[in-house]
Amino acid sequence: MSQEGLEVKEPQLDLAAIRERLANSKGREYWRSLDSLADTPAFREFLHREFSNNATQWLDHVSRRRFLKLMGASMGLAGLTACGISQPEKIVPYVREPEDMVQGKPLFYATATALSGYALGLLVESHEGRPTKIEGNPEHPTSQGATDIWAQASVLDLYDPDRSKVVAKRGRISTYANFLEEFRAAIGAERPRRGAGIRVLSTSTSSPTLATQMRAMRQTFPDARWYQYEPINEDSALAGAQLAFGRPVHSVYRFSEADVILSLDADFLLTMSGRVQYGREFARRRRPSPEQQGERAMNRFYMVESTPTNTGAKADHRLPLRAGEVEGFARQVAARLGVNVPQAEGGTVPEAWIEALVADLGAARGRSLIIPGYNQPPAVHALAHAMNQSLGNVGRTVLYTEPVLAEPAPQVAGLRQLTQELAAGQVHVLVILGGDPAYTAPADVPFQANISRAAFSVHLGDYGPDNSATSARTVWHVPRSHYLEAWGDTRAIDGTASIQQPLVEPLYTSRSEIEIMSAFSSRPDASSYETVRSTWRAQVAPNLDFEVYWRRAVHDGVVPNTALPPIQPALSGDLASRLGAPMPVSAGLELMFHPDPSIYDGRYANNGWLQELPKPLTKLVWDNAALVSPALAEELQLNNEDVVELRYQGRTLRAAVWIYPGMPGNSVSVWLGYGQPLLGRVSAGTGFNAYNLRTAAAPWYGGGLEIAKTGEKYTLVNTQDHHTLAGREIARHVDAEEYERNPEAVHELAHEPEQVSLYPEYAYNGHAWGMAVDMTTCIGCNACVVACQSENNIPIVGKDQVSNGREMHWIRIDTYYTGTDLDNPETIMQPMFCQHCEKAPCEYVCPVVATSHSSEGLNDMTYNRCVGTRFCSNNCPYKVRRFNWLQYHDKSIESLKLQKNPDVTVRERGVMEKCTYCTQRISAARINASKENRPIRDGEVLTACQAACPADALVFGNINEQGSHVMALKNQPRNYSVLGELNTVPRTTYLAMIRNPNPRLIGEGGSE
Amino acid sequence: MARRVQPQKPLVVQRANPPVLEPTETINSVTDRITSAIYRPTPLGWYIGFAIFFSLVMVLMYSLTYLFIKGTGIWGINIPVGWGFAIINFVWWIGIGHAGTLISAILLLLYQEWRTAINRLAEAMTLFAVACAGIFPIVHTGRPWLAYWLLPYPNNMGVWPQFRSPLVWDVFAVTTYGTVSLLFWYTGLVPDLAVMRDRAKNRFVARIYGAFALGWRGSARHWKNYNIAYLILAGISTPLVVSVHSVVSLDFASALVPGWHSTIFPPYFVAGAIFAGFAMVLTITIPLRVFYKMQSIITMRHIENMAKVTLVTGLVVAYGYLTEIFMSWYSGETFERYFIQNRISGPYWWSFWALMLCNVMAPQALWFKRVRTNLAAVFLVCMFVNIGMWLERFVIVSTSLHRDFLPSSWDGYAGTIWDWSTYVGTIGLFLALLFLFLRLLPMISIFETKELVVHREESETH
Repeated sequence: MSQEGLEVKEPQLDLAAIRERLANSKGREYWRSLDSLADTPAFREFLHREFSNNATQWLDHVSRRRFLKLMGASMGLAGLTACGISQPEKIVPYVREPEDMVQGKPLFYATATALSGYALGLLVESHEGRPTKIEGNPEHPTSQGATDIWAQASVLDLYDPDRSKVVAKRGRISTYANFLEEFRAAIGAERPRRGAGIRVLSTSTSSPTLATQMRAMRQTFPDARWYQYEPINEDSALAGAQLAFGRPVHSVYRFSEADVILSLDADFLLTMSGRVQYGREFARRRRPSPEQQGERAMNRFYMVESTPTNTGAKADHRLPLRAGEVEGFARQVAARLGVNVPQAEGGTVPEAWIEALVADLGAARGRSLIIPGYNQPPAVHALAHAMNQSLGNVGRTVLYTEPVLAEPAPQVAGLRQLTQELAAGQVHVLVILGGDPAYTAPADVPFQANISRAAFSVHLGDYGPDNSATSARTVWHVPRSHYLEAWGDTRAIDGTASIQQPLVEPLYTSRSEIEIMSAFSSRPDASSYETVRSTWRAQVAPNLDFEVYWRRAVHDGVVPNTALPPIQPALSGDLASRLGAPMPVSAGLELMFHPDPSIYDGRYANNGWLQELPKPLTKLVWDNAALVSPALAEELQLNNEDVVELRYQGRTLRAAVWIYPGMPGNSVSVWLGYGQPLLGRVSAGTGFNAYNLRTAAAPWYGGGLEIAKTGEKYTLVNTQDHHTLAGREIARHVDAEEYERNPEAVHELAHEPEQVSLYPEYAYNGHAWGMAVDMTTCIGCNACVVACQSENNIPIVGKDQVSNGREMHWIRIDTYYTGTDLDNPETIMQPMFCQHCEKAPCEYVCPVVATSHSSEGLNDMTYNRCVGTRFCSNNCPYKVRRFNWLQYHDKSIESLKLQKNPDVTVRERGVMEKCTYCTQRISAARINASKENRPIRDGEVLTACQAACPADALVFGNINEQGSHVMALKNQPRNYSVLGELNTVPRTTYLAMIRNPNPRLIGEGGSE
Repeated sequence: MARRVQPQKPLVVQRANPPVLEPTETINSVTDRITSAIYRPTPLGWYIGFAIFFSLVMVLMYSLTYLFIKGTGIWGINIPVGWGFAIINFVWWIGIGHAGTLISAILLLLYQEWRTAINRLAEAMTLFAVACAGIFPIVHTGRPWLAYWLLPYPNNMGVWPQFRSPLVWDVFAVTTYGTVSLLFWYTGLVPDLAVMRDRAKNRFVARIYGAFALGWRGSARHWKNYNIAYLILAGISTPLVVSVHSVVSLDFASALVPGWHSTIFPPYFVAGAIFAGFAMVLTITIPLRVFYKMQSIITMRHIENMAKVTLVTGLVVAYGYLTEIFMSWYSGETFERYFIQNRISGPYWWSFWALMLCNVMAPQALWFKRVRTNLAAVFLVCMFVNIGMWLERFVIVSTSLHRDFLPSSWDGYAGTIWDWSTYVGTIGLFLALLFLFLRLLPMISIFETKELVVHREESETH
């Protein structure tokens, strides 16, 4: 593997400006303007530079000139909308081949992505210099090889055609050199005032380099200030730590050590930082006791939550509580665990529930875990600290460290202060690094309106002045480099640092945060590569060889020994008085804000994969909604898709209603991130902007909501209409106790007839591929869905097409509700994709043998042969086949072509497609194995979904080999075939969902 | 004129029943009446009708062009409902064609004299219906330009079609059916084309009819060979009456979708096809005989007989529905029971009950002679049946698919404007072809009708 990616070179020419100029001219003008343009020295220069020197030598002079002319003309025809990737590689062979590069073979580079400041270590697949696919870095502590949807989808962001491509001043194209000149002048003017007018606003960051740069800046400009703001922040946790310990403390949870878990509205499997690591460790302890390694038992998980999440769906006992009631509940539990806290009056939680929970927690001292949600107030965090302390969990299931994020401070308060300073005219130089604070700011913080009060302002952003609320207001806009384009560094939830290694030169004239911040230094044009290296050079012990250290760190994706050591902060003695009386629970309706499960805080709104990703549980796509409980819907006579007016603290917002089983009554939940008016072609027209209701005082929830029906309808689209099992034993589940007593319980749920067939059996001499899906550990996080989309060139189709049942995902997470309580159902998630049936119903009905059985048991699709009768899909009992009803792949956008996996056919309209078990990965492994004259090893083929899965719920392998991992799972008594009675003999089998409810609570609320 | 068949007993014209041919008709009058429909100036009504239906053909062309440009996604089909209007229409049209084959072949072999007045028309209908039907399986594919891959032909890909697939059986069944129907129809036309040639008023027309008449002179030798050929074709056609729709039904029966996977399908589809075919023949004959003043040749006897066939096949179809419901209950199987319950009371309940009204309730009126002899009433019942048979295929094809095994994949289905325009377009094509046929070819078999006159005269002279 190559160690370092490409060094970032300084671009010599503002190519993008030329492109932009051409792209902005319309229609017939191309020819005329190109003629004139092609003759300018600048244009000739850039064409020349696009070719390597070798090209100049290889071709004779005259024909090269002629070629350039033709090249220019053909570029004109193409409309010059393409990005800045050089074209000549296509026609000129490598004279000196880059190290390790074999044409057609991908290379993997270690890097890391960060969301809300916390890193996820990655290995990124690169084909001839194009990053195409994100994988987790097995050596990185938070990834351990797995990823989440945001990491998976981030590669599409790189190629987003709506990304800003040029530096702009007041909306007009400019150059970085011009920007730097003005920026330096503005900074210079602040020097006599000790930088009193300089304000930097960044997103949450853990980057050591950026933190170093900030410190350096404040050495030069002592009165300059650095604020951080993200809409999904840790303000509560920070304030909670202040309450409990009197100082900022960062918590890391060790689910692998926890036998009993209580989550206080913490969605630790999907939206909380550390989700991938937590998902993996949670799943490891989730398997039924006989399958656990060592003497361990299956964990038991209690969840108190205000909006149903995947995390809650996995709970053994789930209790819907309004967000405002969680604190009262936490106080009740804390009191019983021996924490002295004032109690709220009249809790709504059944006494038996609390009793059983407390008994369970108490019985697992040192092996229990209480985890508070970021949306809960500081008091809940402080109470969780106190409870964990009193249960002896600290140092075992909960580790405390110094903060991982650089200079954590209350972010909402910071933004408000910055806004006040702007309004007061104190800010002369405003540097906004990333994010879109004008869009995400609380509604009562008029940040957007005050940006223009700074004489000099710049926004380093992904989207330009036409597409971003912030860039539209700042004087300057600088395109922000994607993390795959620039050097950087970041830290994981446990503090482990990673060097962010770019895989590609910036596609456009973009810069990173680090490069912008260099402007404050003596070397304003320092590259991110130099700056990051110099940060780490300073960290390395003098006796070590920095080059070795650096290469190791970059190669591994992890800087060794950088995890933060645990600390033992002392719990403040007067917690009871510091906490004071509980906040009164608001009467009436409560409104809650949550990050969107697909597009997070809105930063991914222009990412088609994420927009079309069915949100967990609701399966909604392309929109957010006002989520209400069935009880509330009944009371207010609301129906799905009714447009209502949400009146909240003097503000109003129109939103469409979605009835969400499991919501607590009297509360409404909305997802943030939608309704961005400017963003791009993907996000256009999606959802409604919940930031318009969010205030600084109550960023997560608040009372006093009123709902008024408007009588209008808004189409909401989801991918699964029916969540009932209709009495069918498709997604089987039994309780742990019953399963231990009777391992055959899973099979006794349904009649499983003996399998007979008229057709002879297939013989498999070599491999026979198969898969096992563990529904107990599956957390429904959708990482597999996006990974599959990325690996297999699966197109997005848009809201209209999805509304007609034409989504193309090869994997879907079927979600079924069971139980008798509509307001608190049990949830089962079942990943469903091609089952590769041994007796496949699709195979015999295809008139042209386009789908056929392979010698290794795969159900192969031959796209070239398919004429599109769709009989195979009709006859598929699992309905996992997907048809290209129209030409779904957008062949007109050049940048999107770069993302495509060259090992997988891009399908045309009119052909059927479906899960292939990543047959291209099997082929790659087969070729490797045969070169080394050995059989394919168990675990050598990881399907894209399996590789991404944090919960190890998907295991692929050879079912012809008894010792394989997949067979170990398939030999479990809870292994069964979905619709096995149809005699399809699927190769993908399912391990039934096992729940571990508290015997004391069965039949008493909670999930039972 | 020579006689093609020798009836075992002279035709008995019962007082109770209207005659097969009005006694006023003579050999000359039959020829005059039928050929004059072509040789008289084109009536205005024909122009109007043809203009309407031809514009519908243009709608079809437009719809298909758009389809080829954009893909099958312009229709309402989706996953799970992979088949919609195209397959429904295909089965509907194929079914309509069945009356023609039945009348030409089976009724010929059974010496049913009343078939002669309507067989030409019914055969033409068969042909046009098959033409309409044939469009759909081709254009419903995702890549229609490759639909020929379903044919077994030697090719450089080294791949044969999949002979286990019912769709390949369909190709054979439908192409055989189309070919035999064309041959049968054309063979039947030859003597009449000769009549047309002989009656032509100018050389150009005479040449054209003459070319298609293949030099027919009406010699005894011609008639002898002709009768043998016609009987052989009738023999070949007879199994097709049963086979085509049986094979079409296997498209569904051989799949494992609840609502499709049923052994009753072949007989039930054949009965349904004859039911639909007769209803369509009646639908066309009733206005036609008035417009072309053919009441003396297509008599009330014909109308009544066809109404009776419609009633009987309708009862078979109703029995099929009942059996389906009973069997799915009797199987005790979750999916089978659910599908029938969903069919009756699910989101598409209206289509099931409309089907019951059209195909089960409405034909019961035909038990009554007063209804059978009332043209308006018969026409109305037949319109019910035409709609009902379309609904039957809708119910079978789409409502079975929309909720199959996994509730997570359940979805709905509705045709789009393009589904409808294609469907209406083929109705236009069918009727436009029929109009051309009426204008250019003898709509009633001249020589066979004249045989009836001869029979009658022979029996009168005895």
